[in-house]
Amino acid sequence: MPVTDAPALRDAIANASAACFFWDRAGCARFTDLNRGTSLGGRCAELAGRSVLVATASQLTTALALIELDGAARRLLILPPDAESDHLGAVVEAAGIDAVIVDSATPADRASDIPLRVNCSPPIVAATVDPLPRVKTEWILMTSGTTGVPKLVAHDLEGLTAAMRTPSPADGAEVWGTFYDIRRYGGLQIYLRAVCGGASLVLSSAGEAVGDHLARLAEHGVTHLSGTPSQWRRALMVPAIRNVAPRYVRLSGEIADQAILDSLRAAFPAAVIGHAYASTEAGVVFDVNDGLAGFPADYVGGVRDGVELKIADGSLRVRSRGAAFGYVGSGQSLADADGFVDTGDILERRGERYHFAGRTGGIINIGGLKVHPEEIEAVINRHPQVRMSLVRPKQNPVTGAVVVADVVLKSEGEGARKIELKDDILKFCRETLPRHKVPVAISFVPALRVAASGKLLRRQG
Amino acid sequence: MSVKLTIIDQMEQIAREHGKILAPLKEDLVLADCGLDSLGFAVLVARLEDKLGIDPFTAAEDAFFPVTLGEFVKVYEHARH
Repeated sequence: MPVTDAPALRDAIANASAACFFWDRAGCARFTDLNRGTSLGGRCAELAGRSVLVATASQLTTALALIELDGAARRLLILPPDAESDHLGAVVEAAGIDAVIVDSATPADRASDIPLRVNCSPPIVAATVDPLPRVKTEWILMTSGTTGVPKLVAHDLEGLTAAMRTPSPADGAEVWGTFYDIRRYGGLQIYLRAVCGGASLVLSSAGEAVGDHLARLAEHGVTHLSGTPSQWRRALMVPAIRNVAPRYVRLSGEIADQAILDSLRAAFPAAVIGHAYASTEAGVVFDVNDGLAGFPADYVGGVRDGVELKIADGSLRVRSRGAAFGYVGSGQSLADADGFVDTGDILERRGERYHFAGRTGGIINIGGLKVHPEEIEAVINRHPQVRMSLVRPKQNPVTGAVVVADVVLKSEGEGARKIELKDDILKFCRETLPRHKVPVAISFVPALRVAASGKLLRRQG
Repeated sequence: MSVKLTIIDQMEQIAREHGKILAPLKEDLVLADCGLDSLGFAVLVARLEDKLGIDPFTAAEDAFFPVTLGEFVKVYEHARH
């Protein structure tokens, strides 16, 4: 195994302020204590050079274990909380896993056939940290695919942090928070921004209500807060949102439409509101901070900050140091021969900006006319009474399918008012969209299900 | 409202929404000439499912599409029984 002098995560905390914490609902850990301590019972040396499955139940223990293990383990496979246990055996075999990190809440039968099982627990225990041979650790993330065995996507720390170009002052004054789980790419980005930027991080806990999470974010004085548009729409429905005052609000993981950007602007008038475009495979591609949906058309074609974009067959392709370098345990290639990753996101140019129209796989066919549900949702979401919406196909004997919409309102209306409101939303759609894209029916629903990945579940059944 | 009146009401509404002009809605009117295009009919079937609780075309094994307005109304009247 090649020994390296590349920086490891541990180096990032060597000079960080002693006021840097990870907080979750159950407790906290001052992660700079890892400079002179361990959360792994001092067993890091046993894990050196191994392929390690991080199967901790809480995000707090994951956060600590990653700092200790980056640069020591050969591979870190990070198990997301919603991973199907049916697939675990296949995943463990594909990644050649020979050790597992658990915590007190990890089920005893989880990955129980892996011989080396190491417990991670706060508090951090004071210990001499012996320098281990430094290796370039592979970080393996699981994709949030809908069915089948998830793909294992390989990154390294340099690639994962490639988009973080402006180091923040390591004064512990910044407090990051995220609605994502840090065991997914979007959340991991926020974790790394906090750790590498000398900031604290407020983590969510399993099963925690949005209001309780927001209350903790307020208590710790969150300054930088991140989530998917769906998570933000849900958070904006909770009164406790008024108690947080982040100066940086970040969206990624789904299309940020103008309605959610405007809602966040109204809720946080003084904040910088940015939407980032990133994926597990392509990495962080760009940030847009002008408060407008879409992104400037001149991002495509050239090279900006080491990221090159082009469009082929309507979808965005990315070549970047931030992209993953491959899939593990699969012959499938991640990039084409020229090194471009196909994001599967369809772009549409309007004037001087590109907008995300939807996914290559998510197209609804209405009598031969192709429709992206996302573009209809973006129109419905612009209606002042609408919080969020889901457009889905409905089988139809004439055109094969038509579209219908499930809509969550900002506030519960009266019965009579609801009929008026339906007509009003449909009228709005008719004025904006071609006929075949106008939903044939609208249902008002109390909520829409959001997956553990923070994205709207397209199959709500 | 009767099945027939519901159908006529919806056809008129969809024609308005789609900017189409309907032919006089008589029993023997050939649907293909009524003024609604295939998208208009797709919407009509979806709306009628909402109003009447049935989609006789998707539900039937050997779905055929009626030729005249009178036949179209009968398909819905039968499906309701």
